Amino acid sequence: MSGDVERLLIQFRDEAGQTLGSPFDVPLDITPEKLQLVCNALLQKDEPVPLAFFINEAEVLSSLGACVQTLGLDTEQVLPVVYQPQAVFRVRAVARCTSSLQGHAEAVISVAFSPTGKYLASGSGDTTVRFWDLTTETPHHTARGHTHWVLSIAWSPDSRKLASGCKNSQDCSVRIWDTVLGRCDKILTGHTQSVTCVKWGGDGLLYTSSQDRTIKVWRAKDVGGVQCRTLQGHAHWVNTLALSTDYVLRTGAFEPATATVNPQDLTGSLEELKEKALQRYTKVRGQEPERLVSGSDDFTLFLWKPAEDKKPVARLTGHQALVNEVLFSPDTRLLASASFDKSIKIWDGRTGKYITSLRGHVGSVYQVSWSADSRLLVSGSSDSTLKVWDVKTGKLSADLPGHADEVFAVDWSPDGQRVASGGKDKCLRIWRR
Amino acid sequence: MNLLTSTSCDFSEPQNEHIELHRKRHGYRLDHHERKRKKEGREAHERSHKARKMIGLKAKLYHKQRHAEKIQMKKTIKMHEQRKTKQKNDEKTPQGAVPAYLLDREGQSRAKVLSNMIKQKRKEKAGKWEVPLPKVRAQGETEVLKVIRTGKRQKKAWKRMITLQFFHCFVPLGFSFHFLYCFSLYNGLRFKKAHVTHPELKATFCLPILGVKKNPSSPLYTSLGVITKGTVLEVNVSELGLVTQGGKVIWGKYAQVTNNPENDGCINAVLLV
Repeated sequence: MSGDVERLLIQFRDEAGQTLGSPFDVPLDITPEKLQLVCNALLQKDEPVPLAFFINEAEVLSSLGACVQTLGLDTEQVLPVVYQPQAVFRVRAVARCTSSLQGHAEAVISVAFSPTGKYLASGSGDTTVRFWDLTTETPHHTARGHTHWVLSIAWSPDSRKLASGCKNSQDCSVRIWDTVLGRCDKILTGHTQSVTCVKWGGDGLLYTSSQDRTIKVWRAKDVGGVQCRTLQGHAHWVNTLALSTDYVLRTGAFEPATATVNPQDLTGSLEELKEKALQRYTKVRGQEPERLVSGSDDFTLFLWKPAEDKKPVARLTGHQALVNEVLFSPDTRLLASASFDKSIKIWDGRTGKYITSLRGHVGSVYQVSWSADSRLLVSGSSDSTLKVWDVKTGKLSADLPGHADEVFAVDWSPDGQRVASGGKDKCLRIWRR
Repeated sequence: MNLLTSTSCDFSEPQNEHIELHRKRHGYRLDHHERKRKKEGREAHERSHKARKMIGLKAKLYHKQRHAEKIQMKKTIKMHEQRKTKQKNDEKTPQGAVPAYLLDREGQSRAKVLSNMIKQKRKEKAGKWEVPLPKVRAQGETEVLKVIRTGKRQKKAWKRMITLQFFHCFVPLGFSFHFLYCFSLYNGLRFKKAHVTHPELKATFCLPILGVKKNPSSPLYTSLGVITKGTVLEVNVSELGLVTQGGKVIWGKYAQVTNNPENDGCINAVLLV
């Protein structure tokens, strides 16, 4: 019979710092699964939610005792244990290429799934935007009208409209278009060099980054569009922006947990959809203001809270070449940055602390995309492969070769079933489990 | 009556109408057209014979004229040829579509990358520096240094005065001024700031100079701190906000001078990234 195991007083706490229940004692060799049962009982929810536990930023993996020992904490006092609800659903890693869709006459430059994952659109150098039918994996429709390469495409959250931009003018102004009337509403000037990225925030703010090393924050609703703040600090072009609420703004009223095998359109009137979207937004955002991350050619990233302060929260260094894309995970806890130095770095989404580097690519990493449950990350690079990474362990989950030339754009569908990638070899590939 | 009036001496008529008139009356010679055709055929040969045999100023003028004619002929032939062949559509969008993040960047072909790597390794072994202005005219001693006569009878001529832009750093520890060289009385020749251009950003900043690293004309000038075209300076770049991988702020970088400070009165340099 084993001797008495040491016991320890713990107090559950959520991420914002609020305590849950009162302190009670548990044996030192308790496992995370049992902790989950206890915590779920305290939370009194209808269904048990998977949770992850952290003591002082270190995750409890095998047993509480091991964690306490490594940290060297005092077992006499009450130990605060932070619990984080994980996504209820689990996205499976993609492993095989189900089809290679040809049709574009030039390199495929941008790829985007609609918010429910039902439709797929791709923009290319042959000035067309093509829509693809996902159930049969064949071309659906070709939209012509642009006169130059289609550089970027974006779906509206109700999946009804698609906006696309082509290369024709690189002026330094930002235009706000009315989608119903089809005309330009406002023109915002202020940048002195070409604008590289534009993001709508959830609070009515618009963020734009440019090659003149600044990021400007605008209040778009005011008459004429007023510039609210200018965020300075970068030493070279600002390439990319990412908002913590990006994913929830993109998916709108669609909840990835309710996805079915056959993606469906969103039902409900416009008011209902807006209400749902607002609920999801406030849930993800929480009490704090939105966070903004910018990546630049000076090899660093800045973490800002633009609604509050002009000064950055943190400067994230470590990359050895320019940072091409930054993305927050859908649950806003993690941040991934893809760079031309062939690595992807994962940072903490709240404080900006460095967590791990994902190495494996042999060419510059061009784009990354998170899966809807924030556990997996897919990256496309100039070495013509895609790689799926498990973020928790920091290891490669699946290697997806198949493209003949550089991979320019990747996207993971919000229902988690498919990954689409397009590249210089003019074909679009769809990957599934 | 007609004949009389037409042959009367009418001085308002042109002089050469008589040829036309004769032709109208009597017609052409029987072999006229044949001879005309053959003569025109020979014309090319005759012209080239003339061009070959001519000498002197007359020849020069003639050759010039002939050259101009040839160029014109070639152009018209080319135009005709273009009309015959199919035209490439100029309105088509250019090839080589790249995504937005690659737009302003020069892509390197893969073969180039490998050869560049090898060249880089060789240069590093040889210890050569790569600077924007590799070759600079060396400044002679008489330009930079002016002889100063000293002594009761102004006969001693061992002192020299520097007459160019120089960077006067307030004496760091262990530094001693050279006994032979004094610095000019003109304070306008001392410079503490330089206008430094970042080659990729194409923006210019006014940055303080930390020191003179190397003057290509002579190591003596380097030690004195004389700044001429092609000199490599060290400038304080903390205001740019560059950071190393470890998170430390970079505060000094090299820049090379691109103008002649003695002529312009200011120092323009390009940052060596």
